[in-house]
Parts: sequence; C-alpha cells; structure tokens
Amino acid sequence: MTDQEIIALIDSSLVEEFELEPPQMTPEATLYDDLGLDSLDTVDMVIVLEGAFGFKIREEEAIRQIRTLGDIHRFVIDKKRTKEKTA
Amino acid sequence: MSLRRVVITGLGAVSPFGKGVDSLMAGLLEGRSGVRETPELVAIGGLRTRVAGLVTGVDPKEIPRKFRRSMSNMSVYATLACQEAMAQAGLAPEECADGRTGVVIGSTVGSTQATEEFFADFFTDRSLERMKSTLFFQIMNHSCAANVAQTLGIAGRILAPSAACATGCQAVGYGFETIALGKQDRMLCGGADEFHPLTAATFDIMNAASVAFNDRPQQTPRPFDRARDGVVCAEGSGILLLESLESARRRGATILAEVVGFATVSDHASIANPNTAAIENCMRLALADGGLTPADIDYVNAHATATEQGDIAEGEAIGRIFGDRVPVSSLKGHFGHAMAASGALELVATVEMLGRSCLIPTRNLDNPDPACGKLRHIRTVESARLRAAIKNNFALGGVNSSIVVRSIIHD
Repeated sequence: MTDQEIIALIDSSLVEEFELEPPQMTPEATLYDDLGLDSLDTVDMVIVLEGAFGFKIREEEAIRQIRTLGDIHRFVIDKKRTKEKTA
Repeated sequence: MSLRRVVITGLGAVSPFGKGVDSLMAGLLEGRSGVRETPELVAIGGLRTRVAGLVTGVDPKEIPRKFRRSMSNMSVYATLACQEAMAQAGLAPEECADGRTGVVIGSTVGSTQATEEFFADFFTDRSLERMKSTLFFQIMNHSCAANVAQTLGIAGRILAPSAACATGCQAVGYGFETIALGKQDRMLCGGADEFHPLTAATFDIMNAASVAFNDRPQQTPRPFDRARDGVVCAEGSGILLLESLESARRRGATILAEVVGFATVSDHASIANPNTAAIENCMRLALADGGLTPADIDYVNAHATATEQGDIAEGEAIGRIFGDRVPVSSLKGHFGHAMAASGALELVATVEMLGRSCLIPTRNLDNPDPACGKLRHIRTVESARLRAAIKNNFALGGVNSSIVVRSIIHD
C-alpha cells in the first residue's frame, strides 16, 4: 500500500465507525476537540484500525501520544513499514 | 406517613404501528394488525412460529451517535418514547438534572442480538481482541434505563425491574410508589424489548407460540378466542411520565390520568402456568391499594396473550371479581405481545381510552371461548365514559401485576 492508500483507508474506516464527515478528516484535526471522540471511542478506534490493517497495536506505547488524525496517519504508516521490513 | 397523589402527564410509544402514541392509537382504533410474516424465522431449525410484530418507521439516527453507540434497539425505542412523553408533559431536559426526576424502565434481558453477535465472533477463536468497548452497555440488564438517563441528562434514581412480561406494568407501579413516598417528583416509567428469534423460541418450545396462522399472520394472536393457539412475539417501548400531583400543578402540566393502585405478587403454584386464584388476588390487592371496589372499575385491560391456559386463568379471575358487567379487552390481537414493553404500551393505550372516552376491542376475537368465563368482551370500538380501569400483566416465572388508573378528579 502507498502512504496515500493507507491514509485513505484510515480515514474511511474512522468516517464509517464514528459517523464523521469526510471534510473533517484533515491531518491537523484533533481527535477529542475537532472530531468529537472520547476515551471509549479511542478504545474502539484501535480495534477498527487493527481490523483494517491486520496488526496488533493495543499495547503500543506510542498510541498514548496520539492527539491528531495526522498522528494516526504517521503511526499506522510507520507500523506498516516496520512490519514490511521484518516480514 | 401520608402518601402523595401521582398523576400521568406524558405518554410515549414505539410499537409495530410505528413511532408515537398517535400511530399506536390509529392502528388500534382502525382495527389494523401489526403482525407480519417474519422471514428470518424460517431459517431457524426447530422453530415453528413464523410471525412477529416488528417495529417499523423508526430512525435510530435521531439519537446522536455519542448516546446511540451504547444502545441496542430496545434502548433506541425507550429513548424515543421517553422524548415523546417529556414533550407532551412540557418537561425540558434541563428540568431533569436536579435529581428529582428518575427512570424506571425494564426489559426481559439485555440485548440478545448484541450477545449473539459477540459470541458468534468470540467462538471463531475465543479471542476478546475484537470486542468493542460499548458492547457491555447493550448487554447489561439495566441497558434501557441507563441509556435513557444518559441521553436525557436525568440525575435521579435508576431502576430496571426485570420480570419478563410483567416488567412494564411493574415499572409503572414502582415509579408510582417511588413518587407516592416522596423519593422522586417525576419518573419515566415503562418497558422496552427488541425482537430476537430466541424470544419466539422460548414460547415455541413450551408449545405456547402461535404456529397455525403462519400463512395468515393478521389473524393471530387471538385472545379469548376458541381458535387461539398461542403468543405472537412483538417489540417496542411504552413510556408513561408519572409525576406528583403537586409537581404537575406547579408546572401547569396537563394531567392525563391518575395512578391510584398497584399490586404485584408471586404465583408460586407454577413457574410457567398462571393460576386463577393468584391472578384474582393480584387484582383485588391493586383495587384495595387504590381504595376502590370492583364497582368503581369501568374497564379491564387484560393481559390475555392467547395461550390456552393463560386466557382461561385470567378470564376466570376477571369473572370472579367483575362478573359480566365490566368491559374487557386485550390489545395483543392487534400487535402481539411486546414482552417487557407490553404492560406499558397497553397502559398507554388504556390512558388514551380514558381520555378519548372509548373502548378498543380485542382483535381476532371471533368466537369467545366459554372456558375463559362469561365476560363482557368488547367486539367493536365503543364509546364509554370511563372513570377507572385496571390493567393486568403476568409473566413466566410466576409474576403477577395489576395497576389501576382513573380519570383525574379535580379537587
């Protein structure tokens, strides 16, 4: 997958799960304030991303630093690339 | 200790006739059936009943996602019905945050559909890794009451009685007692349930579900009729906003009726089969609770689910107390048995009958079964001035409940 394909899959998965509007999905959008998510949603967001990309990220320390949609894009892209290298 | 008078100031309904009390009453007064063939039942091995009363015309997205994410359908139905009752009563959500408004809404169990979906996934590899955080809130037994309180910002008591088919009636009774004791000023009371094939199976395996009218769904169930052959399961929610008389008057709310008596008893003769004496006892206790006699009652809204034994036991008990003087009907012939919602939905309709001065007949009652006693069955819509009515609900598990409402007497 290209970076753009990864970003598109992240955005579409979150739009569907959390009933967001595509124009909201900008990299600088914060999860809590701009997208209106809360702690329960972020638990489910991890499950959605694990299902979409076929990896396990729940125990990753880096997840706790995520604040914006762009943070998610970078985290998932890094995770995918690392996985590809070790495969 | 003096008890406070308790009145009804708002009604809400989601039923097989659609969303709203108006839809419910239109279906009932026009004599329509809310029972349909239900194709999803055909694929289930061993299940013989193929009919159900399913809710139509509801858009769950009326409820914001933040609140809806923890709801199964039963909580959606309950929330929409509560919103309707509050709107009728002129009770704004911001008035519910002072701790004097509570919720008493029950269901038979938590969401069976959510439970099925979880275990279907869990059994693929016995992993919890795909479990969503909101699942528990749909499965817990107080799901409806809790979701309603969260959505409407209610800060008072939460009660969630669970007594199968007596749940809705019990909930109104417990709300009545809570207000009468002065513990709350207002209570959103009722029941909710969502259809699942397992519900129909529960009755079918006991030979208590209707199976002979699968090709003629609108002709079943048939309460008190010679050809009755069992329960038709339905879904929905009925809600009544109960309020102390002082609170209603202070707010200038329109008073729809007064709740005057309630009783609920255990029928320990059988966990499954109703007993005439226990039903009679329950009705007499409810009358006594309201300081009324049988002569004060102008209408009996029967539980009558169209089972062989249940209709006989209830009909005999009604006959022992009221003879053939008092009109009797069951509304299950119109839209089936809405389980935990049935008591509240039928009580909503009963309060409407008091206000509209009319009586709704038992649909599909073509040939009254004399084994059910010599009752004054209602066969067509009738005009009648109704002072008071008693409403029955009985449940598997040996739970009886009766509640008495009357037209408000201004004093």
